[in-house]
Amino acid sequence: MAIANTIREQFPQAVMEIIEFRGDVTVVIDRAALVEVAAFCRDADGLRFNLLSDLCGIDYWPEEPRFAVSYVLYSLPFNHTIRFKVYAPGKDPVMPTITGVYPGANYHEREVWDMFGVKFDGHPDLRRILMPYDWIGHPQRKDYPLGYEEVQFSFNHERIQAQKPQPKE
Amino acid sequence: MGIISKLGNMGVVTTTLEQAVNWGRTRAMWPMLFGLACCAIEMMATQAAHYDMSRFGMELMRASPRQSDLMIVAGRVSRKMAPVLRRLYDQMPLPKWVIAMGDCASCGGVFNNYAILQGVDEVVPVDVYIAGCPPRPEQLIDGIMTLHEKVMKEKLTDWAT
Repeated sequence: MAIANTIREQFPQAVMEIIEFRGDVTVVIDRAALVEVAAFCRDADGLRFNLLSDLCGIDYWPEEPRFAVSYVLYSLPFNHTIRFKVYAPGKDPVMPTITGVYPGANYHEREVWDMFGVKFDGHPDLRRILMPYDWIGHPQRKDYPLGYEEVQFSFNHERIQAQKPQPKE
Repeated sequence: MGIISKLGNMGVVTTTLEQAVNWGRTRAMWPMLFGLACCAIEMMATQAAHYDMSRFGMELMRASPRQSDLMIVAGRVSRKMAPVLRRLYDQMPLPKWVIAMGDCASCGGVFNNYAILQGVDEVVPVDVYIAGCPPRPEQLIDGIMTLHEKVMKEKLTDWAT
């Protein structure tokens, strides 16, 4: 909590909310100021968050703002943790990249792009990482269909067999 | 019968070319060394000392598709993996056979979703399907025996064209 207040004193405009839940502190940050705040947390004396331990996307559909990205920072010298949460609206899901501050965020941001379709502005190599490159859509969005296929039983065997792809020898 | 009566008890057996070739194919059918999911653990157990697939001439899992005769698809195949699997199959020399090991390789199993192929028979022709999640080594061996029976019934007119 003391760390969150330090960040709020430094960036009174950027910190929108501080949430504490059972000892876990989450700081909700305006997305325009994210890179600046992250760089401050990495370099400031007494904070020294030198490890980005996790970065993940969240889809709050159908609520607005729809997307959020959560950043978990950890300090190896001081053994403390903080979480940032940055919201993005569903119409314009763009985040600033923090690969300039934490190079390890590169693959994490690619995964969030692949699964949620949140773009990271300024990312050096924003390609899909899990799905094939020619895949259409972002599978972990809540409005993405699960892709259920009808199960083949004896009563519908012939109908499904007729439309199933048949490999050549 | 002329040869047998002349040779006496020298231990010579006469047979057909078809049977001799099929016997050779079933007694040294080398599987490809690859596993995709938890079924591969059972495949390794089948390979190991307790169940010992080398009893059936399968002591070698070949790491190269160029040297393997049998593809055991052990595990679920994702849609990203499917072209890779097909390519491995295409790289295998003839004659070649495919076993779909387990529910996921046979029909998608519990993974009925966008990412998993609903049965590996959508990309490669399958000879034997083995049920089970995962199948026990006995079931895999039974599937291999079934494949051996199938290969023993193959006709010279089919493969020597």
